[in-house]
Amino acid sequence: MTYSYFKNMQVNNVIFVYQGEVTADLVSSILQMMENKLDGDGEDKKVKKKVFNVMVECLQNVYHHLDALETSNVSGKINDKRALLMIGKEDTDYYVITGNYILNERVNAVKEKLERVNKCDKEELKKLYQEILSNEEMSDKGTAGLGMIDIARKSGQKLGFDFHYVNEMYSFFSLEAKVSRVQP
Amino acid sequence: MLKPLKIEPTHKTPRVYLEPETNTFELGGRSIPEDSVGFYKPILEWMDAYAENPNPKTEFKFELEYFNTSSSKNILELLKKLEAIFNKGNEVHIIWYYDEDDEDMEETGEDYKALLQVPLELVMKAHY
Repeated sequence: MTYSYFKNMQVNNVIFVYQGEVTADLVSSILQMMENKLDGDGEDKKVKKKVFNVMVECLQNVYHHLDALETSNVSGKINDKRALLMIGKEDTDYYVITGNYILNERVNAVKEKLERVNKCDKEELKKLYQEILSNEEMSDKGTAGLGMIDIARKSGQKLGFDFHYVNEMYSFFSLEAKVSRVQP
Repeated sequence: MLKPLKIEPTHKTPRVYLEPETNTFELGGRSIPEDSVGFYKPILEWMDAYAENPNPKTEFKFELEYFNTSSSKNILELLKKLEAIFNKGNEVHIIWYYDEDDEDMEETGEDYKALLQVPLELVMKAHY
C-alpha cells in the first residue's frame, strides 16, 4: 500500500502533496519548506524565483477562495474547505497543482477568465494586468483578480484547468501552472 | 514633526523605513502576506499624514524581492500617494530597484511606471 503510493508519486515526479483544510499558517509553512527545498537543490536563481512566485499565488489563491466560501454562508454536504495542493519537479518543468471545491454558479466566470488568460500572449497579459491593476477595486482581502494573470505571466505557459461536477452545489476546480526549469 | 514609521522585515512582509527627518523612505524585501490590506493600512495612513506637510524633496526607494498580487494593489496605492505629493508641486523621485536577472521585477516596475505620472526610475542592481 505505502509502496504503491510512493511509486505513484515517484512516477509523477511529485515532491509535495497535501490534502486537507487550508489555513494561512499552513500556506506559510509550505512556502517556507519549498523555498528551503529549492535552495537545497541548488536550483537556478531565476527559476527559483519564478517557481516561488507561482507557488505563492496558487496557494494563496486557494486559501482566499476557501476563506470566501466560509463567509458566503454556504452549508454543503461535503467538507468544502478541503483542498489538494501538489508540487512536482519534472525534467523540464516545475508544476504546481491546486484543487478545490467551487460553487457551481461560479464555474462559468472562472472558466471564462482562464480561457481569456490562456488566449493572451506575453504583451496582452501585461496589458490586461495593468488594466485590472488600475481599474478594479480591491476586495477587503486585498485580492484584485490579478492572481491568474500573474500566474500566467510568471509561468510563461498556458494554464491547465478542469472543472469536475460533484453535486448540485459544487464542482471540483483544478488548476495547473508550470514553470520551465530552463529560463532564458 | 511626524513620527517615523519603522517596520522590520519578516518572512512574509517587507522592511519599511519612513523617516522624514533623515529623508529616508524605503520599502524592501518580500511582500507576500495573506492579508495585505491589514499590513499596508498603517503605511498608507502614515503617507496621508506625511502628505500634509512633506519634505521639499522626497526620494522613495523600492527594493522588492517578491510580492504577491494582493500586495500589488496596495503598492499602487502607495505610489499614488507619492504622485499626489508630486502633483502638489513637491519634488518626488521614486527609484524602483530590481536584480539584474529578475526580469519579472523589472516588468512590474514598468507596469507601475505606465500607470503613473510621477517620475519613477528603474534601476538595475548588478551582481559583483
